[in-house]
Amino acid sequence: MQVKAQIHLEGVSHSYLTADGRLPVLKDFSLSVQKGGFTAVVGPSGCGKSTLTRLIAGLIRPDKGEIYLAGEKVTSPRPTVGMAFQNPVMLEWRSVLKNVTLPLEIVAPRKPWQKRKERARELLRMVSLVDFEDKRPSELSGGMRQRVSLCRALVHNPEVLVLDEPFGALDAFTREELWQVMRSLRKEEAFTCVLITHDLRESVFLSDEVVVLSDRPAEIQHVAKVPFGENRKLSDLYTGESTELLAGLRNQIEVAQGNAKEPQ
Amino acid sequence: MSQSRVNEVLRRILAPTIAMVVLLVLWEWLVWYKGWPNYKMASPSDLWPAFWKFRGLFFELGWDTLWRTVAGLAISIVVGTLLGMVMGFSRIAREALYPILVGFNAIPKATVVPVVALMLIGLHDLNTVLIAFLISFFPIAVSVSIGLSTLEPEYRDILRSLGASKFTIFIKIALPKTLPEFFGALKVAVTLAFIGTNLMEIVEPHGRGLGHLFDSGKISADYPLMFAVLIALAVLGIFLYYVVIVLERIFAGWAERE
Repeated sequence: MQVKAQIHLEGVSHSYLTADGRLPVLKDFSLSVQKGGFTAVVGPSGCGKSTLTRLIAGLIRPDKGEIYLAGEKVTSPRPTVGMAFQNPVMLEWRSVLKNVTLPLEIVAPRKPWQKRKERARELLRMVSLVDFEDKRPSELSGGMRQRVSLCRALVHNPEVLVLDEPFGALDAFTREELWQVMRSLRKEEAFTCVLITHDLRESVFLSDEVVVLSDRPAEIQHVAKVPFGENRKLSDLYTGESTELLAGLRNQIEVAQGNAKEPQ
Repeated sequence: MSQSRVNEVLRRILAPTIAMVVLLVLWEWLVWYKGWPNYKMASPSDLWPAFWKFRGLFFELGWDTLWRTVAGLAISIVVGTLLGMVMGFSRIAREALYPILVGFNAIPKATVVPVVALMLIGLHDLNTVLIAFLISFFPIAVSVSIGLSTLEPEYRDILRSLGASKFTIFIKIALPKTLPEFFGALKVAVTLAFIGTNLMEIVEPHGRGLGHLFDSGKISADYPLMFAVLIALAVLGIFLYYVVIVLERIFAGWAERE
């Protein structure tokens, strides 16, 4: 089978074994993201969004269905993926710079240290942290840690970037700052991204396409194209057009939540 | 050096020194006031002569106590870390081993001393090291297992998502991440191992170690000698403890916050 998309999920079902039996989280789920695309996935809490990221990264295998990255079937984790999570875990015993170079130790162990350092610095410069490269992670604020975490996810030039609510734990202003950092990273770096988020404005500002998931077991309920171009500004979020888009998405979330018949 | 810095140094050196001197003076005064002979209660001024009289033995036997403690602790570190790893990575192993370990730890080690002394009769070095080990591995095993089992899943996932092996994840993340917990336990373990060594040396009449010197003092009712041994043990114990502190600063200093 020929699959063109960079990220392609085909009829994926997944469930977890709990004390009360199998809990289905994804059912016959299909999703495609073109090369260089940026898709945001939103949906009610606990609908299986994080499961989706772990499936794409190959950390877990689906019960049914197939996942392809660049046309290749995913059966195990692969070095062409970069990941960042809500919790920007740092190796506290390493400097910021050496936290960023960590993936290269796995992916490109023969790459000379000088080259690794240059690549890490290049990214740290993009997120305005180049002066902090010798600091310990404990000296950084939450927003700075998340910037480092993004650099770490990108340092090995992954084809696919998987972001699992990376800005979820930040305050509103820091979050907006990081959205802009994310946009400038996208201009400089070539990656295809799936972003999981709870923030509708974030999904609209960062992505080309917003996918709304239904409640468990998650199916695609709604897909919205984002009409803004590459050079979007934060103020674009407050135009009539985006208000309408956001209202539509908000309504879709209500529908998804309304589907929840069982109490959580 | 600023005035406040000078004050701080003075405080850190002077305060404990003064406290120590006050304690010694009170002790000396109490013995003098009560008119106790030194076979009833030694006074601080008796300690130095007692030490000087047996100074050769103090160093010779002190060395025995030291190396046995360190050997026992070394075995503790190896066995405790391995047990902690097994329990930290496998839930089944944790559930199976934990009750046994807790039960074993609950036995007062003073009661194990004669048992081991009888079982391995004559093997003085071995059974002393063995007790030092038995008494001290528990905190290491528990803290390593807790350190490993509470590792946030994201730590594993950042490397696992790149296809890193379990061994690589252990070396690069789990092991260094657990070091602060490990050293916390080692500080407890070093004191315990020291107690274990002395217990065995006191109970078993084989003529080695500071514990034996203490026992000799008891048999000959030489109180100044017994007290001098106690002081020597305190000095040795403090030395061992600070060695661990220095190692902690070197290997897990990153965990300290300003």
